[in-house]
Parts: sequence; C-alpha cells; structure tokens
Amino acid sequence: MPLPLETAPFSVCPMDKKDSRRWHDMGGLDGAPIDMAEHDYALWEKRVDALLVLSTTKGFFTVDGLRRVIEDLGPAYYEKMSYYERWVHSVNQNLIEAGAYSLGELGAKMAEVAARGETYGDCAGCHDD
Amino acid sequence: MMTERVRVKEMFPPGHVRTPFYLRGKTGEIERSLGPFGNPEQLAYGVSADELPMHRVRFTMAEIWGSDAENPRDTLDAEIYSHWLTPIKD
Amino acid sequence: MPHDHHDHDHDTPHSHTGMSPSGHPYRQDQDQPLTYWQNMEISIRELMIEKGIFTELEIMHAIDSMDSRSPADGAKVVARAWTDPEFNARLLADGSAASREMGFDIGAMRLIAVENTKTVHNVIVCTLCSCYPRNLLGLPPDWYKQRAYRSRVVKTPRAVLKEFGLTLPEDVTIRVHDSTADMRYIVIPARPQGTETLSEEALAALVSRDSMIGVALAVIPK
Repeated sequence: MPLPLETAPFSVCPMDKKDSRRWHDMGGLDGAPIDMAEHDYALWEKRVDALLVLSTTKGFFTVDGLRRVIEDLGPAYYEKMSYYERWVHSVNQNLIEAGAYSLGELGAKMAEVAARGETYGDCAGCHDD
Repeated sequence: MMTERVRVKEMFPPGHVRTPFYLRGKTGEIERSLGPFGNPEQLAYGVSADELPMHRVRFTMAEIWGSDAENPRDTLDAEIYSHWLTPIKD
Repeated sequence: MPHDHHDHDHDTPHSHTGMSPSGHPYRQDQDQPLTYWQNMEISIRELMIEKGIFTELEIMHAIDSMDSRSPADGAKVVARAWTDPEFNARLLADGSAASREMGFDIGAMRLIAVENTKTVHNVIVCTLCSCYPRNLLGLPPDWYKQRAYRSRVVKTPRAVLKEFGLTLPEDVTIRVHDSTADMRYIVIPARPQGTETLSEEALAALVSRDSMIGVALAVIPK
C-alpha cells in the first residue's frame, strides 16, 4: 500500500523544516513490498518519451525542467497519474514556457483530435493526409 | 590517500533540488569528484546555469540511519553539487 | 529481452492475452477510449511537426533508437570486462567511453561502472525520480520507478534484495548508489566460478538486467 497521503510527510508548499520534504524525495521512507509485475510500453508512451528526447536535444528545456514540473504536481497526482501521464503533462508545460506553441493552439488542437473518434487508434492517425 | 570529509548542508529551499532530504546534515567522504555540471536548480527553471563541481560522497549507513541501520558498515554513495557541501577540517 | 524474474507471469488482468514478444503484457493502448493525456501527446506531436520543429521521421527514429537498446547491450559490456582486464580497467575509469568503444550509441550519457567482488556488492537506485542507464540498457523495469523500491533500498538494502531472492552474507559490504545527479550507473556482477572456458557470447547470456542493477547475481551455468 502506498503511504496514506494524509499522514505523508510531504508538502507542495513547505512552510518549515519538518514540513519541507517534498513528495518525490522518498529515500528512507517506509514502503510496501516490491511489485515485480512488468509491462511493455504502449505506443503513446513511447511517443511521449520521444517528445522529451527531441525537446531536450533541441534545447527547449532540460530534464531538470521535466522533473521540476512533475515534482510541483504534488503527492496526490503521483497516485492518480501514470508515469508517462506525468511526463506528457510536464513536456507540455515546459514547451509552453519555452514558447514552442501557445495554450490557444494546444486547446484548438486537442478539440480537433478529440473530434476524430473514440479511441487512441482513431485519433492518432495521419490527420493531414 | 587523504580522504576529504564533507557535511551536507541543512538547507530546505522550496523547489527543485537534487540533494535528497535523507542526506541533509549527514557527513561523508568524497569518493570522487566530477564535473563541472550545470546547476540543476537553475536549469530546472530555464535560466542560465552556473557550472559547478559535483562530488560523489560516500556515507556509512550508520551515519545516515543511526541505530536503525541494517548493517552499519554498508555504504551509500550519492552525487552532491559543491554548493551543498561544507568541508570538515580535522 | 532476457527474463529476470521467475514470477513474471503471475496473474494480472492482462495475463494470457495480448502478451508481447518479450512476454510482458502491453499497456492498454489503441483500442481503449482516448484519454486526456493521450490526446495531449497527439496534440503536442502534431503541433511540433506542423511548426517544423520536429519531423515525423525524427520521432520514429527516437522511438526506434530506444527500442533498439536492451539489457543485452549491457551484458556484452560486462562479458567483455570479464574476459579483457584492460577493457575492465577502461570501463571502471570511464564507463561512457568504454561503452562507445564497443559501438553502443549511448548519446551524452555519463556512465559509471561499479564492480562486484567477493567483499563488495553494489546496487543502483534513483530515490528522487527514475534515473537509469537507459541509453545502454533500454527503459527501466516498472519496479525501479515505483515508491516501494526507491524509498526502501537506501535504508534496508538487505531486506529489499531478499525480496528479489538475493541474500548476501553480513561480511559482504553493500554499496547503494543513489543516482541523484548527472551520472548513471551499471553494476558489473561478479563472474561466476566455473565459467573459465565459456566464450564471451556465452558469458553475456549469464548477465541479466537485474544483475546490472544489482538486485541479482550473474547466472551460474548448469
């Protein structure tokens, strides 16, 4: 079981030393037995990975920026979001901050993508063929 | 060979740092020195970063966990940027 | 991809259907309702391509590069280190240069190799996120990224290693390496006894992913 959030010694906004451990900084805390189950990555997750690799190699932001935004999500989202969901959120936030595109452009694009169909397969196709 | 002893500073700034909480205030020996590397505390915010030396510091489990250590002679190595370390003079 | 655990295929909701060639279930993907985050992935990708910042080909190449990396690459490095003392010395001095010397495209990754001996056992973790030598070994296992491993292995490495089926004598010093910054780590497991006549290729087959993270030993050949 994950550490219950209400008792976790983490804070998004630390106000003093005893409160200042942030949720991602978990070395030495108690934890559950290791869950050995493994999964292969889905295509959309591999694409998120590729977006990160290309964004950093082209100088839009660094892996430190990726981590900063994930850490700032706070502890609740560590439980709610999967690994690559946190990544895509952070890649987007960093690209917005770097001026690669605007929130208006993103909002319009996401509406257009959602209108293509029901599934990832429906919506991820080559839209401009 | 002379080993250089260092203590990790007890600082608690509210943002992106790469010094784990569990090592703050702990004393260890420099295992090797590396770098310089850009300061992640600046890189994370998209500002130009100072180039800093970085040290691999070796701590004993006894130093980190006290009587809770599983085996006091086991060790933990971590990479700590120079501005988080205070040299300890004998 | 080598199998590192004997208890891989325990019952998960995905078991027995849609297993990948590596024997792991796929995550839900193409046929499930589009999620908000999947939509964001599609949208970022298309915006970056429309703006001429990324190309479709670059994205495909990045995925192919990551897919082409696997623990088998690291196993070849270890087997070379076992059979060539001079290479072993170069690997310990500069893990990145030694990996490139063997032809592996590890990008800008800075690699430190740490060597297991009769008296020292090394184990790798990243307590702050999930730093892993991915440009040599491919993407990390799920457990490496999860809270249980990251929080516990720095305090009770012996108990954690026991969960992986590895019990070490008290007189073997465990060195835990927390990848807190710019370096990535690979463990060179100890070469098993009785392998003096094996070829480099046969030796590499004894080196699992988990042995290069330090939660297992090299396999002793039957």
